[in-house]
Amino acid sequence: EQKSDRRQSCLLPVVAPPGADGAALLPPSTPVFFAVLKKRLVKLVVNFLFYFRTDEAEPIGALLLEHCRITKEEENVFSISFIEEPERKYCFECDSEEQCQEWIEALKRASYEFMRRSLIFYRNEIQKITGKDPLEQYGISEEARFQLGTRKQ
Amino acid sequence: MKLNERSLAFYATCDSPADNAGFLYKRGERHTAYHRRWFVLKGNMLFYFEERESREPVGVIVLEGCTVELCDSAEAFAFAIRFGGAKSRTYVLAAESQAAMESWVKSLSRASFDYLRLVVRELEKQLEEMRLGTASGCGGCQGSPSSWEKKSSGLEQSLERLPALPGVLPKENGCAVWNNAPGVEQSPNTCSGGPSGEGNPRPLPLPPRRRASSSEAGSSRAAAGESPSTFCWLHERYGREVAQLRQDWLERQRDHQ
Repeated sequence: EQKSDRRQSCLLPVVAPPGADGAALLPPSTPVFFAVLKKRLVKLVVNFLFYFRTDEAEPIGALLLEHCRITKEEENVFSISFIEEPERKYCFECDSEEQCQEWIEALKRASYEFMRRSLIFYRNEIQKITGKDPLEQYGISEEARFQLGTRKQ
Repeated sequence: MKLNERSLAFYATCDSPADNAGFLYKRGERHTAYHRRWFVLKGNMLFYFEERESREPVGVIVLEGCTVELCDSAEAFAFAIRFGGAKSRTYVLAAESQAAMESWVKSLSRASFDYLRLVVRELEKQLEEMRLGTASGCGGCQGSPSSWEKKSSGLEQSLERLPALPGVLPKENGCAVWNNAPGVEQSPNTCSGGPSGEGNPRPLPLPPRRRASSSEAGSSRAAAGESPSTFCWLHERYGREVAQLRQDWLERQRDHQ
């Protein structure tokens, strides 16, 4: 149930972005894959995706999951890419197609912005039914971040 | 530990509205001198910049698992962000007025993803209880929070067409216009549809809820007595409407070309 505490093994190929380390000869829109698959433990915690070496307790890195795009790639594989660098893909290979779909669903919902939109949606739906603002009991009904229509994304 | 710093910097400086922003004094880690920095609270992250006009943040504090409390300090209007754990540190900040301090303490203590998720789950439960109402049961639907996560495709399509502003494109994780950027693969899971790479994004038709008159809302509640008035039903209904709308819109796009 607690999807935020998922821990799974995924193979994580190291993707070298075009333009870094002198591999800059290809046009920037070409994704470059140096498919060195590394087995990593991947853990989704709130809006961060941590990754660990399989035998270590401290993560080696984390990806912030805001303004990102989760894409199904080939079988068992999904990728994460970010709005400011869309050609760079972080690819993950899972053990099964089912696991792949589970991760895609979990990651799509893992952003703060998604949570916020969900809250506004439910608030609106409940208010339509009851005529009352359900956030009043929490004392947060006036907060700008929960207003319908103030998000300009 | 590596972080996708460019993404963090983008999130900090992009034009999505901040939940709070202003100057605060931050006590240094090693020396106790306070430095005035420009702070921006977005989601569960508190970014700070050297100056208001700086292009990149100097640092970020992730507000999970922390407490925000007033603290005793020689500096007036001081408060602290405290983390538990062995390697934790405490961030001491000071505002420039009582009102600013109260505003920051309030917004920081409610900034965590966990808090937001708690509220969302609570509202989700309330809505589901309203849908179930006095109905004896729900045909085939578990009626638990996990059912939302499993049958979410219809809801996600509805969510991605929230009636926030007209012309708002479907989003994934908060990125809107980007779905139409050239070179970005269109995944079958997205709801964006339509031709891409044309430059200006086209506004989508308003979601079905906008068009529903109050009489339709009334009749759907009346119909609840006949069919199971459950969350699943709501998904189904919106999902079908959205799929039809999307189909119509795609066809219209093709006709215009």
